[in-house]
Amino acid sequence: MSRLKDKFAALKKEGRAAFVPFITAGDPDMETSFAILESLPAAGADVIELGLPFTDPMADGPAVQASSVRALKAGASTAKVLKMVEKFRKKDKTTPIVLMGYYNPVHAYGTAKFVKDVAQAGVDGLIVVDLPMEEDEVLRVPARAQGVDLIRFVTPTTDDARLKRIVADASGYLYYVSVAGVTGTKAVPEEEVRAALTRIRAATNLPCAVGFGIRSPEQAAGIARIADGVVVGSAIVGRVADNLGHGKERVVAEVLELTRALAGSTHAARHGKVPA
Amino acid sequence: MNQIPNSLRSAPDTSGHFGAYGGRFVAETLMPLVLSLEAAYEAAKKDPAFHAELSDLLKHYVGRESPLYFAERLTAHLGGAKIYLKREDLNHTGAHKINNCLGQILLAKRMGKTRIIAETGAGQHGVATATVAARFGLPCTVYMGEVDMERQKPNVFRMRLLGAEVKGVSSGSRTLKDATNEALRDWVANVHDTFYIIGSVVGPHPYPALVRDFQAVIGNETRAQMLDREKRLPDLVVACVGGGSNAAGMFHSFLDDAGVEIHGVEAAGDGVDTPRHAATISKGTPGVLHGARSYLLQDGDGQILEAHSISAGLDYPGIGPEHSWLKDIGRVKYHSVTDQEALDAFMLLSKLEGIIPALEPAHAIAHVSKIAGQMKSDRIIALCLSGRGDKDIFSVAEKLGEKL
Repeated sequence: MSRLKDKFAALKKEGRAAFVPFITAGDPDMETSFAILESLPAAGADVIELGLPFTDPMADGPAVQASSVRALKAGASTAKVLKMVEKFRKKDKTTPIVLMGYYNPVHAYGTAKFVKDVAQAGVDGLIVVDLPMEEDEVLRVPARAQGVDLIRFVTPTTDDARLKRIVADASGYLYYVSVAGVTGTKAVPEEEVRAALTRIRAATNLPCAVGFGIRSPEQAAGIARIADGVVVGSAIVGRVADNLGHGKERVVAEVLELTRALAGSTHAARHGKVPA
Repeated sequence: MNQIPNSLRSAPDTSGHFGAYGGRFVAETLMPLVLSLEAAYEAAKKDPAFHAELSDLLKHYVGRESPLYFAERLTAHLGGAKIYLKREDLNHTGAHKINNCLGQILLAKRMGKTRIIAETGAGQHGVATATVAARFGLPCTVYMGEVDMERQKPNVFRMRLLGAEVKGVSSGSRTLKDATNEALRDWVANVHDTFYIIGSVVGPHPYPALVRDFQAVIGNETRAQMLDREKRLPDLVVACVGGGSNAAGMFHSFLDDAGVEIHGVEAAGDGVDTPRHAATISKGTPGVLHGARSYLLQDGDGQILEAHSISAGLDYPGIGPEHSWLKDIGRVKYHSVTDQEALDAFMLLSKLEGIIPALEPAHAIAHVSKIAGQMKSDRIIALCLSGRGDKDIFSVAEKLGEKL
């Protein structure tokens, strides 16, 4: 069984897109971060991308960079992040969790041990930003052996020949990066995404989630009408930053409120409840 | 363990690996660019017109070849091996960095790119990039950590005079590592028109190979000059190593000469047993940063540690993948030298030879100062004096407690 497969199949039946929030594990501290994580499904998260903090997040914009800095300052570590997933999994058996980060912490942990421990903790997929298909075999193969999907990226610079090779060994879902750039800086170009999705769907039956540049419920709805999943990261971790110093409850409440708005809009998008 | 090839000069392999190091660890958005750069470079290598244009610029614009200077008084002072200095400090812009920048901007032109970006630590690579961008009429943005902007003010001003935009980087340790992150972020956001001129033998393949190739002129000249002067090869070749571009270029020519010992000199900062150093090879472990697998300063969780060195050009927690490989196979020995030792060497060379070295090669001088006296007087050392020290006089004055 695969939680990711089941989830996307169920959503397809319901005729709606997945809402996929991204939070950085341990941001602003482990306790608050767990409180957010465990409440995300009830707030409308269908799949959760959980960021593994890294000192040098080269593909991320200022908001996600800052969240990584906060998490590391508060003592986040790979082992603690896995404990967090394990604790989440005790209560939630169905919401897929995808760990997202950079390769060096995985490499330092030891690839073989990492895939074993993440599978044990209840992680369903991995997204490693700086591991293109030319380099990903070292993680993809052992991860698959543990039933964990390595999620591959497709971007505006990916041509058809590359796309064909990317989807050949892909599993779980595809992550379409809507703009060439870092996270959270440019607005999602809906028409270009539509064209890209047509191209991707001609190449594969895998679900395709779209991320980078989606901040508002309106943008989420626009993408939900054409994609299988809507990923929002920078806006959510930005909400953590905006509420620091007002206590843990306020941070959690604000993040969940934004999640509900984005998820609601994503889920209703194909049913005419949100203005086009 | 990977097999060692017949020639150590043939690395990397076609996928960009030097043994277990190197590779292309970049986001998918950048991968097509990295591949097209590789194709453009392979085509350029086979094109006599490319080589002719580069040679002409190196001769008439940079002032190559640079002299191989016999440091007579330093030799006498140390009382052992004869010491020759490869005078990269005499190049236009004052360091070896220009060799690589010219090569890369010619590639940018071939690829039809219209905007140049770069990262810089000490500012030497930033100045060299701003220089070639001015020479070819392309707009240029240089990313520089705020700490480095403070300690290398003259170079910041130089870059601006040359028409470049210098963007301060305030994230992380605010030094070279963070400037590199920011340059990568700019690149991924401007893939259609921008060429990233990387300043060292780091980054995803093909950068470590092509930067080394553009710097190999240093070692090639040294070899020919030495044969001309001494009718033989040196016994020891020495260069400082941060990312490692002057060293890679200096060493390349000598890698297959079994009789030539090679030393790379890292920055030990306050000492390799303190937390404040930049001795990546001596104290680091293999990891993946900025596109390549190589030795890194990192903690047990794979988080990158902040490097420290008095020399902004060596203040980097990584090193080129070729150096990691050369270390593992034992072809090059890597040593380290503290801030204080480098400072002493900086003064020594200034007073004995009338040459103010940059703080980076002052590390190589310091290392040679320790060992030359133990070598016989018929032995020969060739040291890459990678840059001049004008840029460093402010930080040296501060260390000496003098106000300028």
